[in-house]
Amino acid sequence: MSFTQNIMDVSIWRGDAQAGAFAHFEVPAQKSQTILDVVAWIQQHQDPTLSYRYACRVGMCGSCAMMVNGVPRWTCRTHVEKVLEGNKLEVAPLRNLPVIKDLVTDMDSFFDKWIAAEGRHHPTASRLDPIAAISPESAGRVKANAGIECINCSVCYAACDTVASNPDYLGPAALQRAWTVYNDAKDADKQAVLDAVSGVGGCHNCHTQGSCTAHCPNDLDPMTAIAGLKRVSAASFFKRRKARA
Amino acid sequence: MLDIRLYMLQRITALIMAPLTLGHIAVMIYAVQGGLTTAEILSRTQGSVVWLVYYGTFVAAVSIHAAIGLRVIIAETFKLRGMALSGFTWGVCGLFLYMGARAVMAVTMP
Amino acid sequence: MIKPHRTHALWFAYILHRLSGLGLAVFLPVHFYVLSLALTKPAELDSFLHWAEMPAVKLAEFGLVFLLAVHIFGGLRLMALEWLPWSPNQKTLAASAVAGAFLLSTTFFLQAI
Repeated sequence: MSFTQNIMDVSIWRGDAQAGAFAHFEVPAQKSQTILDVVAWIQQHQDPTLSYRYACRVGMCGSCAMMVNGVPRWTCRTHVEKVLEGNKLEVAPLRNLPVIKDLVTDMDSFFDKWIAAEGRHHPTASRLDPIAAISPESAGRVKANAGIECINCSVCYAACDTVASNPDYLGPAALQRAWTVYNDAKDADKQAVLDAVSGVGGCHNCHTQGSCTAHCPNDLDPMTAIAGLKRVSAASFFKRRKARA
Repeated sequence: MLDIRLYMLQRITALIMAPLTLGHIAVMIYAVQGGLTTAEILSRTQGSVVWLVYYGTFVAAVSIHAAIGLRVIIAETFKLRGMALSGFTWGVCGLFLYMGARAVMAVTMP
Repeated sequence: MIKPHRTHALWFAYILHRLSGLGLAVFLPVHFYVLSLALTKPAELDSFLHWAEMPAVKLAEFGLVFLLAVHIFGGLRLMALEWLPWSPNQKTLAASAVAGAFLLSTTFFLQAI
């Protein structure tokens, strides 16, 4: 196979929060090569000052997401063969997050929004109580299960145009987490979740563009989770008005 | 930018307008047959309470719906926020209400 | 050019809904103004209606009806997606049923004219 002889034209974004530009590198193609392999090869063989972030290399930790040819992807599990355009690759830091250096973004705003969306457990019992049995088939558990494989990689957040045009918007990952907590039978404060996702940056800003669901590397469906939040918050809106009247 | 109140207003006005719009399209297809004249339009609508209520509701709903829709577009495209954004929303709503009310009066008042 | 992360069906549905809504919002004040002429200057309304008989204007009117139809069906699709806890398959079926019904009724009306 002549595949091993091929030299790829790779553009990597270099810079910091203030300014930057794409730098070009020639990288030899190899069989079963991932985007993360390409970035690591450049750092090891051509430019040791290149900064990027990764940890597990097997799609578990959610730290290596980058923009690859304009699309947010987990780089450790993206094969070069699948995304190579002509002979070119363009790797850039994730969209919608401030750049720290080169391919490394500051993910604080992403995680702060998880907390703002009330995506945390509100216990119904203490450690002294017996563990409540939850049927895996119960409707709420099925809905909650749909979102629990999220690895916080921020691919959906980078794919979302609503995040890009409205910095207050909580974004798909945080809202999907809120929907999971809302459907958890062991969560005691569902109203706190609904209140948290009903403000100015809440789920009602979503335009159902579906880029989150289209690009989620774990095949999760944040768009449908957000639709669920819209549905239950709308129902609770009617109920509360009735209760007040 | 869009809290639950504005979202609900947007959706409720949409639901009110759904049947009105389909009716409007039907009337349109019926009315344009053989060309439109002022006399023909007025003979159908003038002095009719039904058309007054129909198009009055339509105008009220569309003024709210369009104002919220444009508010989102303006906020997302031009990053308008705060008082300026509220002012824009109310301004659009008011303008549509005023112009729409004038139009409804013009074709229904005897 | 359309950015690579946007090249999927739902994003196109979104942009169609936004542009048709914007188009309708721009058209509506003109529509209201022309109708209010019936009260103030009936002769001008009539001459406008004559002008509107021109083929180019008729084509533009078709465009407006199209914008309205696209926006209302796009909106109903959105409401179903948000408020009805249906499975994706049911939604596709429902959407195609509505699209089919619309096609049928439009054909009927075109025949009737």
